[in-house]
Amino acid sequence: MTPRKKTVLEFTLNGEPRAVLCEPQQTLLAVLRDELHLTGTKEGCSNGNCGACNVLLDGVLVNSCLILALEVQGRGVLTVEGLARPDGTLHPLQQAFLDHAALQCGICTPGFLLSAKALLDENPTPTESQVRYWLAGNLCRCTGYDKIVRAVLDVARSQSAAHATPPPVSPA
Amino acid sequence: MQAFDYHPVTSVSEAVALLAQGASGACLLNGGTDLLAQLKEGRRTANHVVDLKRIPELAEFRLPPEGGAWVGAAVTCRTLSRQAGWRNRFPGLHDATHLIGGVQIQGRATVAGNLCNASPAADSVPALVVHGARVHLAGPAGRRIVPVAGFCIAPGRTILARDEMVVAIEIPPLPAEFGAAYLRFTPRNEMDIAVAGAAVAVDLDGEGSHYRSVRVALGAVGPTVIEVERITARLAGRPVAEVSFDEIAALARAAARPITDMRGTSAQRQHLAGVLTVRALRLAISRARRTQAASPTGDYL
Ligand code: FES
Ligand code: FES
Repeated sequence: MTPRKKTVLEFTLNGEPRAVLCEPQQTLLAVLRDELHLTGTKEGCSNGNCGACNVLLDGVLVNSCLILALEVQGRGVLTVEGLARPDGTLHPLQQAFLDHAALQCGICTPGFLLSAKALLDENPTPTESQVRYWLAGNLCRCTGYDKIVRAVLDVARSQSAAHATPPPVSPA
Repeated sequence: MQAFDYHPVTSVSEAVALLAQGASGACLLNGGTDLLAQLKEGRRTANHVVDLKRIPELAEFRLPPEGGAWVGAAVTCRTLSRQAGWRNRFPGLHDATHLIGGVQIQGRATVAGNLCNASPAADSVPALVVHGARVHLAGPAGRRIVPVAGFCIAPGRTILARDEMVVAIEIPPLPAEFGAAYLRFTPRNEMDIAVAGAAVAVDLDGEGSHYRSVRVALGAVGPTVIEVERITARLAGRPVAEVSFDEIAALARAAARPITDMRGTSAQRQHLAGVLTVRALRLAISRARRTQAASPTGDYL
């Protein structure tokens, strides 16, 4: 087979501009893991069924296994590595997954975190049924899902409570 | 995955020229949720992959003031679901675009892609048919417009010539007392492929008591979508209360030509064609009467 031309992919990854040489047939998932060595994004089924590879592309939840890397030329990608603050403080969803023991082996966790973030970005106060439907594209063999759903609902509740609480009144 | 050249084209003419040059080795890439899975599994081969998503014309979504909708071929299902105008004005299409895959598939998948993939179980196709949708095509000789009904001719095959592509799907203006619904049966509630599906569109008279016209299309019970013209003929002009749902279900069952495969038996699919048609009809009627707007399927938002 004739070798195909490698192309420079330039995009924004977790807020940083990146450039990487890649082949046309490489998926975004392969480039993230094998070229950029960001192995937080996982490969499960590689055909769009499990959600382990989920990332946000310009804020939209997508399966990185079903996207060619070159399709994200000039665009912005968020992976699990970009969730925590630079000082290491975990994202509220990451903290809630720990607090609720919403993971066991953890291979599904990065995908669930990105899915849950996409949900709360769009609908900050989902019902339990909305959470379950939204997360239907993420498979977990370990937890039985319940703890994951509770962790997401917990973050939704505490974030909306934080918004609803009036600012503290300074003592007269 | 097999090696290929990648072409992020920015115009329809560039895409068509590549298709014409590329012989059978050129594939169009839209959302990619079917194509990339097929390339990975070797079910399709490509020397050239032509990415359509940077063509501005294909990204257009319009709700013209006179009614109807214009859905560019690269508009994703997720984009559609998030448009209030789409959800409210085309609940039957929204049922379908909201059911395809999960949220992350909908973030990439398009209605045009669902149509061109020509799966007998495609969720959006029955809904498009009952809305009277038309497909705008472009090829080296220019453009043409064809109805969605008849676009797919066999599993995986469409009327598209090798060097032709879909530019947009157009939904005509709808009558005022219009209601539609798409329902499918799947073992899981989400992220599954239809064992059978039914789309129904009704136009009722001003009081909501008579059918003006009805269209019914069945999915996954034949090699391509099946329109049940006998229901259309039986119900036109009749009072809603006159024709029993049992009779309508029997007409739907009689039109279905299902096979037995890993997803279901022929007998089960035939039965489902009747049940789903009646349920979708009842929902379409209540939507036409504005007594029911909400999606019966799981709603994210
Ligand atoms: S690895 Fe992408 S969905 Fe499973
Ligand atoms: S924690 Fe193991 S698959 Fe989800």
